[in-house]
Amino acid sequence: MRLIIAYIQPHMLNSVKEELYKAEVYKISVTNSLGCGQQMGYTESYRGVDIEVNLLKKTRIEIAVNEAFVQPTVDAIIAGARSGEIGDGKIFIVPLEEVIRIRSGETGHEAIG
Amino acid sequence: MKRWMSCLGAAMIFGLGTVTQAAAEEPALKAVVDRFETALDMLWLILAAVLVFFMQAGFAMVESGLSRAKNAGNIMMKNLMDFSAGAVAFWALGWGLMYGASVSGFIGSDQFFLSGADSALYRDWMFQVVFAATAATIVSGAMAERTKFGGYLIYSVFISALIYPISGHWIWNGGWLAELGFHDFAGSTVVHSVGAWAALVGAFFLGARKGKYVKVEGKIKVRAIPGHSMPLAALGVFILWFGWYGFNAGSTLSGTDPDIAHVAVTTTLSAATGAIGAMVTSWLWFGKPDPSMSLNGALAGLVGITAGTWVVSPLGAVIIGLASGVIVVASVEFFDKVLHIDDPVGAVSVHGVCGAWGTLAVGLFADGVNDPSITGLFYGGGAGQLLVQCIGVAAVFAWAVLTAGILFGTLKAAGMLRVDEKEELMGLDIGEHGMESYSGFQIFSNM
Repeated sequence: MRLIIAYIQPHMLNSVKEELYKAEVYKISVTNSLGCGQQMGYTESYRGVDIEVNLLKKTRIEIAVNEAFVQPTVDAIIAGARSGEIGDGKIFIVPLEEVIRIRSGETGHEAIG
Repeated sequence: MKRWMSCLGAAMIFGLGTVTQAAAEEPALKAVVDRFETALDMLWLILAAVLVFFMQAGFAMVESGLSRAKNAGNIMMKNLMDFSAGAVAFWALGWGLMYGASVSGFIGSDQFFLSGADSALYRDWMFQVVFAATAATIVSGAMAERTKFGGYLIYSVFISALIYPISGHWIWNGGWLAELGFHDFAGSTVVHSVGAWAALVGAFFLGARKGKYVKVEGKIKVRAIPGHSMPLAALGVFILWFGWYGFNAGSTLSGTDPDIAHVAVTTTLSAATGAIGAMVTSWLWFGKPDPSMSLNGALAGLVGITAGTWVVSPLGAVIIGLASGVIVVASVEFFDKVLHIDDPVGAVSVHGVCGAWGTLAVGLFADGVNDPSITGLFYGGGAGQLLVQCIGVAAVFAWAVLTAGILFGTLKAAGMLRVDEKEELMGLDIGEHGMESYSGFQIFSNM
């Protein structure tokens, strides 16, 4: 079992969701987040004064999957989120020790799907 | 001064009518009465103009409330600038084309830049410029969330300088439609329909917002894009309703006209029944009483009564309002689900479709009491008035669609109409203006 965490551009969320749906990955958690990487922020201006915005709005998505779904999920996220410009985001994959469904008490592979 | 006061006292005691009779025999008294009539007209029209001006705030709130947070600042700028650019255009060109000396009933030809104006003309210009701005600002909602700001500025100048004044001249300055007997008291057609038909053409040329109509397995699926603040939208509707008392009751054009009260009553009843009509329709149709539809319904009732407010009875106003409430819901559904023309705030349905309905309703419900020459079908006046109203609605539709089509078609061909896809996704606040409306709040901007 793996937990896939990805940070993407907020405006790419819809296309990522569409790609995941095509790859038959239907379960996802989404949160708003702030962060910076190579993109280094941008400048806004307010009443003629520049404001450096270092922490950019990003969207964090988390998907817990069985081994067989790791590659299709990663491919779908890339297909949906990639524009080729700096700031497209990153994907992290971490091992997942246990998954428990609260309602039924199921664990492991059954609880994920 | 003392003499004045005693004359005022006399006016109060005997009523203006008695004094006017006496005035014929007493020239000094007549001069004083005239002076008071002029003062009352001045006060009433400037007060009404200020009320109508405040409708700009109403439009700004309705439009931002019914669209997404990431575009709110852009909508504020559009509302600010269509008035500001429009006022200058109406001073330079618009007023002259609308109220200047008529060239064969089609177009005005003098008083550009308010040349030769006296205080009465300043008063009338002030009252009219806010109407021109109302027509102009209707378009901003229908074209929300995807229009380039520069293109919108160009449009603002054109509608206030050319499109609105010329069709307005036909109806409100003794032009060819007025000659036919077309009646539009405060501008269901002159103001609201002109703006809305331009909005329809604009929304058509722009295309829908990304994600609004999605093709799934060969069929177009209609998605909802919820507005970001229902309280702002409701505040806007209440402000518009408030301002509408200036819009309709002010159109008596006289501070001594007792019909001010009649107009205010029919306006109130139609707005109220418009809201009720839309609420009931949405309740029966969608299963729940929909807030944004009910708000649109109040506006629909106001637009619907604007043409006939002076010539229909309170019962007529109730029927016109109820029908407007039903029509606006059906029309929003029709444009969205059948024609797939994306109008985020329902401006075309509220101002265009209900404007046309209200104008036609004059030919049905005019009771002939205030003006015996205007009597509708249901009050024994025959179909004559209805036919004339139909001609007016059709002529103004054709004029607005033709001119707005040329304007928006040119802007589109020049690439000045629509923002690129990435900017639309990130929001026009960042893309067009380089700032955010809700800085410091974390808002989902990924819809």
